[in-house]
Amino acid sequence: MTESETSDVRANRLSGAEYADNFSDIHPPLTPHEALVEADRCYFCYDAPCMTACPTSIDIPMFIRKIQAANPVGSAKTIFEQNIMGGMCARVCPTETLCEEVCVRETAEGKPVKIGLLQRYATDTFMEREQPHPFSRAAPTGKKIAVIGAGPAGLSCAHRLATKGHDVTVYEAREKAGGLNEYGIASYKTTNDFAQDEVEFILQVGGITIENGKALGRDVALEQLTADFDAVFLGLGLPGVNALGLEGENASGVIDAVDFIGVLRQAEDLSQIEIGRRIVVIGGGMTAIDAAMQSKLLGAEDVTVAYRRGQEHMNASLYEQELAQTHGIAIRHWLMPDSLNVSNGAVTAITLERTALDAGGKLVGTGEKVTIEADQVFKAIGQTPDAGPLAGSVELEKGRIRVDDQRRTSHSKIWAGGDCVAGGEDLTVVSVEDGKIAAESIHKALMA
Amino acid sequence: MADLSTNFLGIKSPNPFWLASAPPTDKAYNVERAFEAGWGGVVWKTLGEAGPPVVNVNGPRYGAIWGPDRRLLGLNNIELITDRDLEINLREITEVKKRWPDRAMIVSIMVPCEESSWKSILPRVEDTGADGIELNFGCPHGMSERGMGAAVGQVPEYIQMVAEWCKHYSKMPVIVKLTPNITDIRYPARAAKAGGADAVSLINTISSIVSVDLDNFAPVPTIDGKGSHGGYCGPAVKPIALNMVAEIARDPETRGLPISGIGGVQTWRDAAEFIALGCGTVQVCTAAMTYGFKIVQEMAQGLSDWMDEKGYETIADFQGRAVPNVTDWQYLNLNYITKAKIDQDLCIKCGRCHIACEDTSHQAITSMVDGVRHFEVMDDECVGCNLCVNVCPVDDCITMVQMTEGSDPRTGRPIDHDYANWTTHPNNPMAKQAAE
Repeated sequence: MTESETSDVRANRLSGAEYADNFSDIHPPLTPHEALVEADRCYFCYDAPCMTACPTSIDIPMFIRKIQAANPVGSAKTIFEQNIMGGMCARVCPTETLCEEVCVRETAEGKPVKIGLLQRYATDTFMEREQPHPFSRAAPTGKKIAVIGAGPAGLSCAHRLATKGHDVTVYEAREKAGGLNEYGIASYKTTNDFAQDEVEFILQVGGITIENGKALGRDVALEQLTADFDAVFLGLGLPGVNALGLEGENASGVIDAVDFIGVLRQAEDLSQIEIGRRIVVIGGGMTAIDAAMQSKLLGAEDVTVAYRRGQEHMNASLYEQELAQTHGIAIRHWLMPDSLNVSNGAVTAITLERTALDAGGKLVGTGEKVTIEADQVFKAIGQTPDAGPLAGSVELEKGRIRVDDQRRTSHSKIWAGGDCVAGGEDLTVVSVEDGKIAAESIHKALMA
Repeated sequence: MADLSTNFLGIKSPNPFWLASAPPTDKAYNVERAFEAGWGGVVWKTLGEAGPPVVNVNGPRYGAIWGPDRRLLGLNNIELITDRDLEINLREITEVKKRWPDRAMIVSIMVPCEESSWKSILPRVEDTGADGIELNFGCPHGMSERGMGAAVGQVPEYIQMVAEWCKHYSKMPVIVKLTPNITDIRYPARAAKAGGADAVSLINTISSIVSVDLDNFAPVPTIDGKGSHGGYCGPAVKPIALNMVAEIARDPETRGLPISGIGGVQTWRDAAEFIALGCGTVQVCTAAMTYGFKIVQEMAQGLSDWMDEKGYETIADFQGRAVPNVTDWQYLNLNYITKAKIDQDLCIKCGRCHIACEDTSHQAITSMVDGVRHFEVMDDECVGCNLCVNVCPVDDCITMVQMTEGSDPRTGRPIDHDYANWTTHPNNPMAKQAAE
């Protein structure tokens, strides 16, 4: 056997200290003094561009001013008013393409105010000081709403509805609430079980019951829910993963990146996670970068991200790309999967074909091929909706649920939001906004 | 290289930077370190009468105001005059002056407002070889309750009287240090001159409560649950000091009276501004207490570099140059018309100029043009107030541009190139009376 036919996948590549160090908070939170200094850089703009850029329209100048005025708890309240998941969004928002991209300090000197870190400072301070929940519930309305999926969209919707005096039951297929916050985000972005702390914080408002292990279509039927509840909100997310469509895809070592990230997040002991010496990640989004980064942090030696288009087409932000590169990850463009080399039931390499855009702008293979040795190949080429459980109750658009600007579906009692709906970016912050908008719309409809 | 040496009342120093009478000049150890660092002179911390010295509180003596990065902007203190024995101070002054003959050694004095007290201390100070004395009529706390310090400085007659005693019982040049805790600074300055004082120095600290502790509901600094007003100094007080210096410099009764400028001097530029308003030397305290003595090197080098750039060879070349340009409001030219102009290439679109103008001034700056955020001055509304310039975070982005031709779109009146002020303006009832 030549070396390339040997698969090297094992646990315990690093020392305990290395695991702890690699998976600590990638962006350490600001100290109170750092927060004061950074907050002072904010100009308190009129009609602030950052506020417009925020999908949840957080009053950013106001929350930063409250930090300046040594009132981080009040600052957090300003954030939560618009975004009940302000804590997680502070960790995972691609701020460099949202609020910080349009910060006037970015315009002026290429160094935006660190809005994400300031938001984290405020929300973390709020949580650490164990403040009473910042929202109270309106008088009971007697209305009941079912929310499917305890991810960012579902929880945001449930919280807003609860504040209006409605009772909400959330059905969640998994064991824990949080959705991608719990299962789909790199560990170093949300340490110390923050996702669960945030769920607890949201539930403090009262009036929300979460039923875990209840999947739509398996344990509950949409038709029954629409009969039993006054309204239904669908925050299903994207349960499926795109396949490479190659022979050998079921071989050992060919793994869904989303599953890999989920396993990592739930792992009690990172040293027990088996990781290859040589990794190839297929894809160009945040999931691809998260998987590549965590492979490297688990001790993989050679990690390559292969993307079929150019750098400018990657969905991962430039910041995330640079983060990967500074961790020694190679990002290679214009390469699409051609075939998997499998030996003894395990992948040993992946062959990729170089690509180019033809005269019509269509992506085509050039015929030139590259083989990269790999003990593991992670697939991160997009997640897919599953319309099965919907049983045809609502209209779809390219497989996702069609909604209007109030997140109403074609069914009069059903609203939807988050990644499962058509249009919009698949971001935590966008899902939170969807849930919020849907809740306002449901409230309006039910109280009319 | 510019010559920074100064001759103030015949007292020579290699540069105009003196350390003010305060903790940095309380003993030989500090003063020698200051001279080694390059300070041109010191005013030794205020001496009191012979006998048991005053005592200070044993809790905090200072309170402060900071910028967001803990940059110290204002300092307040409740410290008294020297709490060391008079004999020790006199001995150290003698020794230090001997070792540093080229540096200015001024001794600050505060004794009761009785002729005998002054008569007895003055020869003792003169015996040290000191170059001059500064009468502490400014200290606003602790000593004023005992009839000294600001209690004297607030009564022009006392100032004149004590100055006369000092001139009578001593051959040393006499500098009277003035308190700003008074309505019109010209009166004590005139009194000092009338008493024969050779110069005034100002300002001493401003009576202040620097902040209130909201947990204990007591002023800061808090001593066992209580606080007392202190004396405020540091960068925050400079504008007040500059105005008081200018008032004395341009007062016909005191014009030409040498002034040693004090109040928030942090850099060479601050010093240059005091000198431009007529000061012969500047005194520094808070900056040294914040950063140590080394800052004098930046001050001296900075002043020298600026003088070289401007072609000034000596301090005298620009001393007092700003005094003729300080005038009363009523003489400002009402025909001088300016409009704010926003440089669109420099504008970062923060909108602060707009909201400041819109909410608090003259509604003269746009926020949205053709559906796009755009900040532009509307000349027909702009009164030229300069607020937008002051709130703009970008250097030189907004400037005030003089209108030299056409007519002012706000008033419709043609630009008049003749000077005209309020004293002759038709809206001025006094002017009307004069005309009639």
